[in-house]
Amino acid sequence: MLRIKNGRVMDPASGTDAPRDIWLDGDRIVTVAPPGGGESQRAPAGTRDEILDASGLIVAPGFIDLHCHLREPGIENSETIETGTRAAARGGFTAVCPMPNTRPVNDSASVTRGIVERAAAVASTRVWPVGAASAGSRGESLAEIAAMQQAGIVAVSDDGKPIATARLLRQVMDYCRSLDLPVIDHCEDASLFAGNSMREGRQSVRLGLAGMPAATESIAVARDIQVAELTGCRFHVAHLSARASLEAVRAAKKRGVRVSCEVTPHHFTLTDEDVAYDTHYKMNPPLGSAEDRAALIAGLADGAVDAIATDHAPHEPASKEVEFDRAPFGITGFETALALALELVHAGKLPLMRMVELFTTGPARVLGRERRIAEGQPADLTLFSTEHAWTFRAAESASKSRNTPFDGRVFRGAPMATIVAGRVVYRRDA
Amino acid sequence: MRIVEKSQLMSATEIDRTVQRLAHEIAEKSGGTKNLGLIGIRRRGVPLAQRIALAMRGMEGVEVPVGTLDITLYRDDLSKVAAQPVLHSSEIPFGVDDKDLILVDDVLYTGRTVRAAMNGLFDLGRPQRVRLCVLVDRGHRELPIEASFVGRRVQTSGTEIIEVRLNEIDHEDRVMLVELV
Amino acid sequence: MPERLRHLLSIEPLTAAQINFVLDEAKPFQEFQRYPLKKLATLRGKSVALAFFEASTRTRISFATAAARLGADTLNLQAESSSLKKGESLLDTVRSLDAMKPDCIVMRHSSSGACEFVAKHLDIPVINAGDGSHEHPTQALLDALTLRDRLGTLEKLHVTILGDILHSRVARSNLHLLSKFGCCFTLCGPAMWLPREFETMGMPVRLTSRVDQALEGADAVIVLRVQEERLHEPALPLNEYILLYQLTPERLRRAKPGALVLHPGPMIRGLEIDPAVADGPQSCVLEQVTNGLAVRMALLFMLLGGGSESEPGKGSKHVAD
Repeated sequence: MLRIKNGRVMDPASGTDAPRDIWLDGDRIVTVAPPGGGESQRAPAGTRDEILDASGLIVAPGFIDLHCHLREPGIENSETIETGTRAAARGGFTAVCPMPNTRPVNDSASVTRGIVERAAAVASTRVWPVGAASAGSRGESLAEIAAMQQAGIVAVSDDGKPIATARLLRQVMDYCRSLDLPVIDHCEDASLFAGNSMREGRQSVRLGLAGMPAATESIAVARDIQVAELTGCRFHVAHLSARASLEAVRAAKKRGVRVSCEVTPHHFTLTDEDVAYDTHYKMNPPLGSAEDRAALIAGLADGAVDAIATDHAPHEPASKEVEFDRAPFGITGFETALALALELVHAGKLPLMRMVELFTTGPARVLGRERRIAEGQPADLTLFSTEHAWTFRAAESASKSRNTPFDGRVFRGAPMATIVAGRVVYRRDA
Repeated sequence: MRIVEKSQLMSATEIDRTVQRLAHEIAEKSGGTKNLGLIGIRRRGVPLAQRIALAMRGMEGVEVPVGTLDITLYRDDLSKVAAQPVLHSSEIPFGVDDKDLILVDDVLYTGRTVRAAMNGLFDLGRPQRVRLCVLVDRGHRELPIEASFVGRRVQTSGTEIIEVRLNEIDHEDRVMLVELV
Repeated sequence: MPERLRHLLSIEPLTAAQINFVLDEAKPFQEFQRYPLKKLATLRGKSVALAFFEASTRTRISFATAAARLGADTLNLQAESSSLKKGESLLDTVRSLDAMKPDCIVMRHSSSGACEFVAKHLDIPVINAGDGSHEHPTQALLDALTLRDRLGTLEKLHVTILGDILHSRVARSNLHLLSKFGCCFTLCGPAMWLPREFETMGMPVRLTSRVDQALEGADAVIVLRVQEERLHEPALPLNEYILLYQLTPERLRRAKPGALVLHPGPMIRGLEIDPAVADGPQSCVLEQVTNGLAVRMALLFMLLGGGSESEPGKGSKHVAD
């Protein structure tokens, strides 16, 4: 058995924030007890407890990343399931949801099975794939959603792109409601998006780069919310980046619509003023204004935002070493997510327990699952320090790709150990 | 490296007397001054050319036009002059074609400045004749160039420098022999 | 001595002193254009790579002529026949060019920031001949030289810029340059190409869609080209543009008497500019071209003609001869 002792357990589901020892047996949690208690738990005769000393650390339920790109199958130059999940584990994640824009697109049970089987063989974390909403994500006809669900998808999306039309979205949502699958949409008005490479504003005008207004996202959010309301389907807004979008989500929640949303660490850390032709600041949706960032942070704190998700989007270096408007959108994010969230905690803008929710119960609820530290629950745990000083170096990342704006950033707080199904998949050498 | 003054070669009066003498010589040896033009090589050739013209007006009563020539674009040692060379305009208020020109400079040394000046002149036209007038000839020629009118000949070594100071630029009239130590 | 230029990527970071220095260095080259024999040996043995990834006739010829008159050689990359069509990346193309050891690269590209991107990867000086919608530094410099020559000063002028401001690198460079001399601006054009953000960039800027209002009190008008088609954007019918924004003699009369008319070229007579204005006494378009040559010669001279940074300049007093 594995015993995690001396840690401070923070479990949003039960509201526990207290010192606790935890015993894991195989892939389950068997006991959670105050330190010193749980003496009844003793290793069977002849064996010994493996001990993990969590002194000074927070022990939280295993983090879930609702949105990432693992690139396998088909784009293994930039990432694979193996390297991506290794990076995720270093970031404290115990489960990740890779989006379907692989090659081929994950729009059928066979592709889903391929991913699930590969993950079982080599992944450091659990892999819960998101299946395509439409065949090939081409926005024309439905993908094999029920078959994919049986093969293991946890949600449906055409991410990379928006679900093309309101009509298609309505069909997808009606169908997914009957299957009790959430629909995740990359909310974007294609005509306002076309040809742009950053957020429209003073910086885009100054740099002479084509910019898209915040309405590019919020128009689509408004549309999707209405279709969700019409169909009663669970709807989740991917990588929400604009204040106007958040306001729409807030209002819809008040009305009782089953809507949720996620925000990425780069959107609550950076703004469009940080863009200066460096393609490591180019992603979609683009970095927003300072007002957007402030609104997102407020939403993280007050519950309007349900989850922090990385949208980890690896690209091999050569593809990003081009002119800004030709560069692909996306940055990596697994290994810096927690540390960036802790920056908000240290600044007093986000309570620590709330931050833990955003990585655990929040995303779990979107998927219709539980995430807690209790007897019988899966042995997925994230151990982290709020104080450990370290510098993130892109060159040392476990990801195959290096496209991050945070290279060289000094952090206070880090993931220290990650446990998936009872196995320690990551341990930081302090 | 610093500059050490060794001796004074010409005083203000001596400079003036020399200028007067050079003006005479030029007038004598030109077979008529109608077609003459004086061209001062920037920087210190310019006030010298102007003083010579003034002297010619004073003693001979002749008006000889004066132009200025910036040779920066024609130097062969541009990269050694300065990290960022500063250009000035050449101003020659008369046509160069068929003119009898006197190039005027303060010091004649290797001859490269004069070579550059001639390149510049010939870009402007085709003079009938070009002769050289200098205040000091210090030897050490590296090109086949000689002055027709010389104020003073001085023997110098490689580390010595002839510093011509003129009122119009340096606020005093003096020729100094200095050394780089 | 203002701080030495290494690249010329944009006007924005330059000081007024640096700009004045360039304009002063251009003066002798203005006269040079009148010499019977327009050939110097100043940059003999140096080579200038002309990497024009976006089609351009006038600017490219201007730079090529500037280099040739200074005695330098040119290495010519032409976008139409370039390896870019075969999928080679910009960086690889430029690196190949660099491997032929030119002394500098003059580059034009359709992506904003492309010159800055290339300069990060090369050791040699890069001159921006226009990058996307970002800047066109030599255009602003030649415009400034033209204004300074005709009006006697650049200080506190009232300048109107007329046209598609949003997509114009000429507008941006001119705004940056002239604002360093205390000028104030009126930007005028169709509303969808007139971003309000220009009002928040720390320069005295007034925006209007009405051309009559725009011209009042102007010392100079810069008329921009009209790009007929723009990807992803619904086009504005040209007749609309002519109706509302063509610079006609009547409209020009609203400006100060003798106000100058500048145009970066190429002009489309009868579209953004009335032929009478283009050929009229207030038009500076031909001087702009001559001044462009002078400015580009000055820049090449400044970037390639001097010594390296490691050789400290000795005053001309103490140099042999």
